[in-house]
Amino acid sequence: MAKIIVVTSGKGGVGKTTTSASIGTGLAKRGHKTVIIDFDVGLRNLDLIMGCERRVVYDFVNVINGESSLSQTLIKDKRTPELFILPASQTRDKDALTEAGVEKVLNDLSKDFEYIVCDSPAGIERGAQMALYFADMAIVVTNPEVSSVRDSDRILGILQSKSRRAERGESPVEEHLLLTRYNPERVENGEMLSVEDVKDILAIPLLGVIPESEAVLKASNQGSPVILDEESFSGQAYDDAVARLLGEEREHRFLEVQKKGFFKRLIGA
Amino acid sequence: MSQNQTDACFQLKGSNVTSIVLELNQYPSPDFLPQLQLKVEQAPQFFQQSAIVISLERLNPTELFVDFQPLIADCRKVGLQPMAFKGGDDSYHSAIAETGLPALPSSSGRNELLELEPKSQSEAPTEELKTVIERVVETRVETIIEEKIIQRPTKVIDRPVRGGQQIYAEGADLIVLAQVSEGAEVLADGHIHIYAPLRGRALAGVKGDQTARVFCQHLEAELVSIAGVFMLSDELKDKAWKQAAQVYFSAERLQVAPL
Repeated sequence: MAKIIVVTSGKGGVGKTTTSASIGTGLAKRGHKTVIIDFDVGLRNLDLIMGCERRVVYDFVNVINGESSLSQTLIKDKRTPELFILPASQTRDKDALTEAGVEKVLNDLSKDFEYIVCDSPAGIERGAQMALYFADMAIVVTNPEVSSVRDSDRILGILQSKSRRAERGESPVEEHLLLTRYNPERVENGEMLSVEDVKDILAIPLLGVIPESEAVLKASNQGSPVILDEESFSGQAYDDAVARLLGEEREHRFLEVQKKGFFKRLIGA
Repeated sequence: MSQNQTDACFQLKGSNVTSIVLELNQYPSPDFLPQLQLKVEQAPQFFQQSAIVISLERLNPTELFVDFQPLIADCRKVGLQPMAFKGGDDSYHSAIAETGLPALPSSSGRNELLELEPKSQSEAPTEELKTVIERVVETRVETIIEEKIIQRPTKVIDRPVRGGQQIYAEGADLIVLAQVSEGAEVLADGHIHIYAPLRGRALAGVKGDQTARVFCQHLEAELVSIAGVFMLSDELKDKAWKQAAQVYFSAERLQVAPL
């Protein structure tokens, strides 16, 4: 049985798709057969971040409606073996995601894959609820600012009450906090919530802190997950997060203001 | 197959009946009938064919052996319908048995005295009587409601209560072992205990119990309320803010005290 991971946040624009792409790629890089599903029907983005937009023929909704088979629809990633993408439909809306349909696709994927990463749309409506309903584990992506934290709190409540595990009274969905766009300088200036503030409010274990970096934007525009940019702090932070997800203990990095030396400033690290 | 419910000729049920109680103080007495007539004349319609219970609880018999037959006859003469005797010690047993009416056990509940002393002739006695009776009925209804407040087992929540969630402990206390987030709401008819930060809203005694309290380990609430009297975070901030605290109702307002 595959482990189903939902990447969710409530709020939009906090880095869910970036995280789905990097976590999925990180798991596959370590040899775990992984599929990333784009649940954002109507606002397809994952294919762009993964750089496979030109290879989309069929999509998630086609599979649900039986118009295409999984093997026809899954896109194999060209950079990372063991990684597949199931793109969202761009022409449909979220009502096309039926519970029975999604369950069947997930059950079929479970036979072949170790990890299924569900990239949730923003909001708390049908699309987001479908993405989290079947989850075993949730990565809650949060920015260090009050509205994002509040929305994450809300989505945690929905995970507790509206997921399949909650409805069946099984052990609750495993919750992980991933803090993205973290800028230690702005935290020091009091312009941003600190890691401790967010941990205190949400009270769930911290999976990782991804520092704010231009590398993320660059990677998105190039259609390559930032985790593959091993030089960048963001890429390294995602790599740490994947390691922790698999049970490794790693110290949290990039939480303090980096004192840039003269030499570093010259090469602009 | 068992007898169908609708085919049954009758059903036995327990029920409370409100009736007038005639409480005897002295009997026999030549004054009994005239006094009774006077009372009934004050409100003839009210007493018309009223079923009454004769209470012997306060009776000081003026004779050693009391005969209740003339008492029954006097009552019927003025239009009252005695239906039972109530109270009194064993010495009345045979006298009661002779009347053919049942003897009820002495009531342990409160006895409302029907005070019917005529104050002045000009007052409309019927109205007065009605209010008295209504008061009696009201007291009884109240008693029944009080009995129906059932204490349920305390509700225990061990997961965080997140924004947008609401927990209500109906007829019970509420214990929350994890935080109550901003935008979350916890309610109880009794006390609320939160062994973690309270950042949302906590409403204790929501059915009006002013003795209910809110206890929390870390007070950062948006709102706390006891029996509908509330306080917002603005005001809480100068009390035991971010400390272990309790909130209770006293002297017509909410009091916040560190624990």
